[in-house]
Amino acid sequence: MTPRARRALNVVMSWLAAAAAGLVVLPLLLIFAFLLWQGASAVNVDFFTHLPRPVGEVGGGMANAIVGTLMLLALAAALGLPVGILGGLYLAESRDRRLPWTARFLADVLNGVPSIVIGIFAYTVIVLPMRRFSAIAGGFALAVIMLPIVVRTSEELVRLVPASLREAALALGIPQWKVLLRVVLPTARAGIITGVMVAIARVAGETAPLLFTAFGNRFWHQGLDQPIAALPLQIFAYAIAPYDDWHRQAWAGALVLIGLVFVVSFAARVVTSGRFTGVR
Amino acid sequence: MAVVAAVPRVEAQAAPRNLGDQVLRVVLRAAALTLVLLVLAMVVSMVHASWPAMRAFGWRFLASSTWDPVAEQFGAIPFIYGTLLSSLLALLIAVPLGIGAAIYLAELAPAWIRPPIAFLVELVAAVPSVIYGLWGIFVLAPLLRVWVQPVLGKSLGFLPLFKGPPYGVGMLAAGIILAIMVVPYITAVSREVLLAVPNTQREAALALGATRWETTRIAVLRYGRSGLVGAILLGLGRALGETMAVTMVIGNRPEVAISLFAPGYTMASVVANEFAEATSDLYLAALIEIGLLLFVVTVVVNALARLLVWSVGGPVKAIRE
Repeated sequence: MTPRARRALNVVMSWLAAAAAGLVVLPLLLIFAFLLWQGASAVNVDFFTHLPRPVGEVGGGMANAIVGTLMLLALAAALGLPVGILGGLYLAESRDRRLPWTARFLADVLNGVPSIVIGIFAYTVIVLPMRRFSAIAGGFALAVIMLPIVVRTSEELVRLVPASLREAALALGIPQWKVLLRVVLPTARAGIITGVMVAIARVAGETAPLLFTAFGNRFWHQGLDQPIAALPLQIFAYAIAPYDDWHRQAWAGALVLIGLVFVVSFAARVVTSGRFTGVR
Repeated sequence: MAVVAAVPRVEAQAAPRNLGDQVLRVVLRAAALTLVLLVLAMVVSMVHASWPAMRAFGWRFLASSTWDPVAEQFGAIPFIYGTLLSSLLALLIAVPLGIGAAIYLAELAPAWIRPPIAFLVELVAAVPSVIYGLWGIFVLAPLLRVWVQPVLGKSLGFLPLFKGPPYGVGMLAAGIILAIMVVPYITAVSREVLLAVPNTQREAALALGATRWETTRIAVLRYGRSGLVGAILLGLGRALGETMAVTMVIGNRPEVAISLFAPGYTMASVVANEFAEATSDLYLAALIEIGLLLFVVTVVVNALARLLVWSVGGPVKAIRE
């Protein structure tokens, strides 16, 4: 090849690569545009304060689904975060041989398991024995999805705490457990909070594992052992229904859901920016 | 005497410290053990719950293409076929785009443009599946039905792949939606793999007079080859198990059809659609067996992917959204 042809090929390939990057990002812009166009008109005060109306009546909202999603997230966090953060601490600190390796490997395995399979798991261990769909089952499924993310980020961040800090504390005669809980964990706190928020953003939009655990509900929930509405479930139900008004509400729900996910994701970035520059 | 006297005092101080340490150690171990037990419980409970179907059908379950809940005849072939075809279609689109974008982000793009694009790619991965499905139903499917499928049918209709009436929803729509959804994972992991390639590789090629692209092709892509295969496999793992968006656009018909225009069904979407309505124990067990199958396949694909990515640049830090 002549030098001129090589340079031309270089330019062509650079543009092709740039075009590929553009095409990867393009759907995001398209989807966002459609969400704003279709959904913005249906997002109003009623949407946040009213229950769904019966079929045929126009109007109503998804208040129960919004509250339901927040409750499911709170349940998932209450179940998944303690185990996840402590587990991460164990993986970073332990000098054992077998258990850390196994747990790390299984965390990665669990991270790759499709969320619908985790829904089946929650169904077999909670819904079947209880004989009914429930908020608890939905929260449990989401907690299992959060767990590997929280474990691995906590581990990574605890490892980033400088050894000198730990050594200084130990040299003062402070017992090890106090060093871990009062020095190491607080130092890694900002990063761990980021990991937690990323995990919450990830499960906030999960639909598949809730289909046969939380199940959905057109009314306010009647307790944690009863079916509960969730925003993603409601969007799904409305999207596949044959009513125009429901489609409009589905777009509105999607806009609110994506807003929730993006706000949490952005907040996760803000928490760490500037403080822990080495941390993603 | 003094030494003897000192011994009990040291023990008295050491005792409470050990207690705190021991408690913490037990608590931390318990947390890690919970994770291990959870995965074990997952396997055990799903095998247990799908046992009736395994006993009734045995290996025939994997070889039969009849899915008839009324007659209680269950075979997984249509779903396995649909899952594989839609995932392959997705990879066909997503791999060139994802690796191209990764090359741009890691090698060719000006430094100031890299962080914002990498951030946008992360956001593509953060959009919930059900929203892709909503967009698929109301934007992508009509687009395919009105514009793309008639044109493809006219020009390439002699191929069995593009035969049949244009419904919009179907295998083609599922493949495209899946491609959009897995491409950010492939991009992010490939980018990490490329960034892990040592700079000496690039410097050697550049010093010989190679252009940026030649450097990328000769020194970077070749070095990171196995890691890139790992990135593709991670994308495949995502595609195989993706549920909601596919369920909403694939048409949900348990048939093995050659045409990409025809509706199909995947393993994940049959579980999503029929699980809550499964009327008999055998029906439910058959659906759980499909879930178990999906579990095994994704675990194998992911384990393989991780080994390959690790071979280039240490443990993978795939994006976590």
